[in-house]
Amino acid sequence: MEIKLRKYFTPARKEKIGESTLILFGLITVLPIIALIVFIIIKGLPAISWTFLTEMPKNGMREGGILPAIIGTFYLTLGTALFAVPPGIAAAIFLAEYAPDNRATRLIRIAIVNLAGIPSVVYGLFGLGLFVIFLKFGISILAASLTLSIMTLPVIISTAEEALRAVPSSFRVVSISLGATRWQTIRRIVLPQALPGILTGVILGLERAAGETAPILFTGAAFFLPRLPQSPMDATMALPYHLFVISTQVPGMPVDIQYGTVLVLLAFVLGMNILASVIRSRARARRQW
Amino acid sequence: MEKILIRDFSLTYSDGQESLKQVNLAVPENAITVLFGPAGGGKSSLLRSINRLNELADVAEQKGQILLNGQDIYAPGVNPIDIRRKVGMVFSRPVVLPLSIYDNVIYGNSVAGQKNRKLLDQQVETALRQAVLWEEVHDRLNDPAAMLSGGQQQRLCLARVLALEPEVIMLDEPTSALDPVSTSKIESLLQELKRTYTIILAPHNTQQAARMADFAAFFLQGELIEYGTGDIMFTRPKDQRTQDYISGRFG
Amino acid sequence: MNTTFQKSSALPASEWIITRLIQISGYLSIVFVGLISIFLISEGSPALVEVPFSSLFGERWYPIEGYYSIWPLLSGSLLITVSAILLALPLGIGTAVYISEIAPQWIKEILKPLVELLAGLPSVVLGFIGILVLVPFLRRALDLPTGLSGFTGALLLGWIAIPTIVSIAEDALNNVPASYRQAALALGATRWQTIWGVTVPAARSGILTALMLGIGRTLGETMAVMMVTGNAPVLPSGLNALFQPLRTMTATIASEMGEVAKGSTHYHVLFLIGMALFIFSLTVNAIAFTLSNRRKKRAERLLS
Ligand SMILES: Nc1ncnc2c1ncn2[C@@H]1O[C@H](COP(=O)(O)OP(=O)(O)O)[C@@H](O)[C@H]1O
Ligand SMILES: [Mg+2]
Repeated sequence: MEIKLRKYFTPARKEKIGESTLILFGLITVLPIIALIVFIIIKGLPAISWTFLTEMPKNGMREGGILPAIIGTFYLTLGTALFAVPPGIAAAIFLAEYAPDNRATRLIRIAIVNLAGIPSVVYGLFGLGLFVIFLKFGISILAASLTLSIMTLPVIISTAEEALRAVPSSFRVVSISLGATRWQTIRRIVLPQALPGILTGVILGLERAAGETAPILFTGAAFFLPRLPQSPMDATMALPYHLFVISTQVPGMPVDIQYGTVLVLLAFVLGMNILASVIRSRARARRQW
Repeated sequence: MEKILIRDFSLTYSDGQESLKQVNLAVPENAITVLFGPAGGGKSSLLRSINRLNELADVAEQKGQILLNGQDIYAPGVNPIDIRRKVGMVFSRPVVLPLSIYDNVIYGNSVAGQKNRKLLDQQVETALRQAVLWEEVHDRLNDPAAMLSGGQQQRLCLARVLALEPEVIMLDEPTSALDPVSTSKIESLLQELKRTYTIILAPHNTQQAARMADFAAFFLQGELIEYGTGDIMFTRPKDQRTQDYISGRFG
Repeated sequence: MNTTFQKSSALPASEWIITRLIQISGYLSIVFVGLISIFLISEGSPALVEVPFSSLFGERWYPIEGYYSIWPLLSGSLLITVSAILLALPLGIGTAVYISEIAPQWIKEILKPLVELLAGLPSVVLGFIGILVLVPFLRRALDLPTGLSGFTGALLLGWIAIPTIVSIAEDALNNVPASYRQAALALGATRWQTIWGVTVPAARSGILTALMLGIGRTLGETMAVMMVTGNAPVLPSGLNALFQPLRTMTATIASEMGEVAKGSTHYHVLFLIGMALFIFSLTVNAIAFTLSNRRKKRAERLLS
């Protein structure tokens, strides 16, 4: 019996079985993603209409549109970009261009890795403690954007640093040899070359922020607010939280509104994802080094 | 008269290796001084020390002096940027900046704050003519410099240095990546330029060293072994090691 | 020719300011980690005083009546994380091995963006699909009362953790020098033998990093798991508990923090749970960091 088995499992057969298993694993991972996206598009499209995109929710959110959630997510993403992008890129420049190879720099790297790993709901707690309560911003777009931006920071820093490091060091040497200062070298040569990579990282970071719910739960998200936010100190509806609300908290919710909301959120996220890929591939085609 | 005077100059990188050992050398004005010897001899390290570019490297210790026009370039208060503008450098691989041909040429002047367009135009033309590149590129100055051929790129690098109106031009194996035609163009260019500039050249082979040298210095493992005029150094050097090297016995 | 050197004007003021700003931004990450620790500790540690230790590790989480045992939540989180990782690890490593060692280029170019896309999908979207597809399916298939269960959460979370594991494991596999593989193949090993005998073992530390970060991702996931686990804070008894409604630490914070009064015991306990999650993530990431840093290349020479 055992000998028979061994004869059956020749190395070649083993290889074939093994590799087929791996292909199967790959399919199990990937097929549901495709299915999910196709499913959401098919189910969601019929719900999308001009009124759905441009009107306030009505009748306990069971009718009308989702405009405040769309606008809210837009504001939150914008706010996050505002607070996270400048310090994120600056920190990346520091790490890639200035930081000496010492203890302090190692500590920064450990901090970044840890920031990246903190659960999003813990960011929510932190935002509540620091921005909402301690700094008295209240439940507001401001507090939520700040919370999201700290969460996004490590993504931006790591991708931007990688993009900066990809710029050949010979450019820096030549620029310095021609009498440029360090910052001039960065400003005129390194940054423009790294820009597409940095942008890709920024968009991917913002994509994640736009889809987050937990960090804004107690810092800025409103359950139901049938008007547009008037200032950064207002609370706001947001697409991901709205989706959570209408799929778990509101009984008798019409499914097409749910699917419509999911599709809009997905379009937001996929749109950013595609934008990032386009920037990346166009830059790669144009690159001179 | 000597343009540069190097006195007891020693250099150690942070990996602990002493790459230059008590080098003493006088570089005469309006002549080509050739630094030659096997790889790892310290030629590049010395060149980078002369325009303080080695500050980008991991230098652990440095001793001695380098005088330019009689002044110590490492004295406190000396701005390395001024030194780099006076002592231009061309590298072994033609590295054009990812900019247009025009912007490559004026890069040094533009970072120095020069904004006058007319003056810049003037400088671009002069530098490109000096580097014998003007005829080839004058009608496409705004094209990316990366579109030029290797030989043209290296002449562009030279033009970029010339636009600084430096006093000294250093070239570290400038033709090692070029074909013979481009190589001879650069070489005849240097013969031309030495009338106005002080030139230090680290050639990439002994033949070029012999062809180009007005003066020559032989470097071996961080030591300056022998120094003299080109004629003497390549026909009847005093030191056995120099003799071995130029007759091809090692290196 | 006589030259006078310009006095050390060194840097213009504007450049000095910019350089300082860049430097400050560099250290910002440390500041934030510090701030997060401070806030979690200052808001969470009062719970240790307000709730007796025995009660904190008792049997029930029922804040309205003053039962604040974090046991049910902790075990809920661990049970779901362990099951999810058991699922995600083979699938993730398998997919990574397939992408890096076997798949032809064109398949790679389809698979990688798809996996990245999964990593970018908002967890509410995944939770929503979980509710609409996974929950009814499991209700029928396993004859569960509602379909909302720890197992449902584990399945969904396992899938969510896959991209993290794939991307890091794939990086690690790609970093194995080609010469290792060539040597093994030259000695007559089949590709399959080479993969498991040489390449995967050589990428060991990277794969462990992937495992660590996968655990971190799973433990910290909030919305999706909250939407499909049924949210019942009961102390799991035995493995069967996996098929009943459960509640994780993250879901507890998310669902209850909105309604508590600031400064109440309940509020402090929720921060305490956040503190525990923070410490878990620090540990997991510290391990991952040390593992992945061991194979770091020497810094490049700026000047050769
Ligand atoms: N940036 C650097 N960092 C550390 N060591 C270096 C660096 N550049 C050169 N060296 C070392 O210094 C020695 C001299 O090198 P180099 O100056 O490049 O000589 P050459 O140009 O004559 O070949 C070599 O041993 C080399 O390894
Ligand atoms: Mg050299």
